[in-house]
Amino acid sequence: MVSDDRIKAQLMTARDLERTLDRMAQQILELVDPDAENAADQFALVGMQTRGVYLAQRLQDRIEAQENIDLPLGMLDVTMYRDDVRMRLEQPHMQETRIPFSVTDRHLVLVDDVVFTGRTGRAALDALMDLGRPASVHFLVIIDRGHRELPIATDIVGREVPTLPDEEVRVRVDEIDDADGVWLVETPADADR
Amino acid sequence: MADYAAPLAADDSTPLQHRHLLDLSAYSREEILHILDTAEEFRAVLDRPIRQVPTLQGTTVASLFFEPSTRTKLSFGLAAGRLSAETLSLSKSGSSVKKGETLKDTARNVEAMKVDVVVMRHSSPGAPHFLSRRTDSVILNAGDGAHAHPTQALLDTLTMKKHVDTFEDLDVSIIGDITHSRVARSNINALTTLGAHVTLCGPATMLPVEMEQAMDVRTTTNLGEALDGCDIAMALRIQMERQDEGLFPSIREYHMQYGITPEHLERHPDLLIMHPGPVNRGVELANEVVDHERAIILSQVTNGVALRMAVLYLLAPRREEA
Repeated sequence: MVSDDRIKAQLMTARDLERTLDRMAQQILELVDPDAENAADQFALVGMQTRGVYLAQRLQDRIEAQENIDLPLGMLDVTMYRDDVRMRLEQPHMQETRIPFSVTDRHLVLVDDVVFTGRTGRAALDALMDLGRPASVHFLVIIDRGHRELPIATDIVGREVPTLPDEEVRVRVDEIDDADGVWLVETPADADR
Repeated sequence: MADYAAPLAADDSTPLQHRHLLDLSAYSREEILHILDTAEEFRAVLDRPIRQVPTLQGTTVASLFFEPSTRTKLSFGLAAGRLSAETLSLSKSGSSVKKGETLKDTARNVEAMKVDVVVMRHSSPGAPHFLSRRTDSVILNAGDGAHAHPTQALLDTLTMKKHVDTFEDLDVSIIGDITHSRVARSNINALTTLGAHVTLCGPATMLPVEMEQAMDVRTTTNLGEALDGCDIAMALRIQMERQDEGLFPSIREYHMQYGITPEHLERHPDLLIMHPGPVNRGVELANEVVDHERAIILSQVTNGVALRMAVLYLLAPRREEA
């Protein structure tokens, strides 16, 4: 697929991303207490559409391989909860939300690729609250690029990268992209990803 | 530096190329499928503990019903409410209004009230088209005479989509008073655009054979022929008041010739039954057929709310400033 992105830097190679996910799986396990009898009933991963879903899937695989805990995995699309939904020129394409477990009283790890203004995180929290009353929500992102417009904090971060507002961070996963990796790019004005 | 990775597939969304939903004749296959996909996401919302999302906060949806309607009006109202839109109803009761003049005035009123979306039902074909040329609001046709009822056809195809793998070569028979049916016309539009084969069936007095060429469908006056090789049979409501017009001899006679009975279901073990409602039990469908597990009439109703949420979401006007 042709892309208008102009690459400024590669932030993570495929290997870097692997190592970051390894470390993040460890950090999740520290929260979960893998020795608890019913760890899989108390925790769950929620991947945000689109790439957060694949990242959450990989974290789930790692946690299972390491501690034999099969954490439930959900996917969340926050389009219905966005505050800019009616300001965009085109209506964003809605993707699937599937949360195959009760969120009430469960500790959730919300997984996204990049946190920027915090508006998507805000929308995700609202969406999760409408599904029940989670015991807690932890926010995991691969890249925190700063420039928050809302008081949304992260709990598990791959890397903090200072960026300029007109730059974009592209996290690519080989499930739906050519390859794994993270890039800092510039896009022609008005182009949305 | 490793090569830059790009997404394998382009974003497959096909934004609608229309401002209004007046009829389906101009909607492409991709657009219809996009509406149905979006509706499936809203369908999931209806199964959640909180069946409301804030998506259309600040949007005003007015319903203008010049003709009585229960479920379409309720369904649109519910859909707008589930999206957190503000709703108002300007239903005009009585049919003594002179159409042209009143509509022009209505358009002015709608304009003055600054509503974003108008849901409109009118007995005159083309009334929503007329209004759409005279206001800035987005117009959604909720039925105009015998012309079109696009959201009904979309919710029917949404219901079918749950039960079939593909519309390609799907055989759908529409049975009843085709001549007076906007539901039939809109369904023919949607289904043929999606690649299905449509057969129209009914008494000769209610079966416009010229549609065969105009809309690329098959017609027959024989129910057995219509059900042969048919995947989905859609029975239309018989308007009891038309009995006096001599279009069919009697209700009983209609049922004997065109009513779907348990014997039909037995003979066609995979046949699904649909009906836009409200059903005249014992007329279009035998009592046992209405309650049969292969009658998917009630899922049509639930899908109606989800489908209308999708249409409102996709067509609600953008705000001016970003």
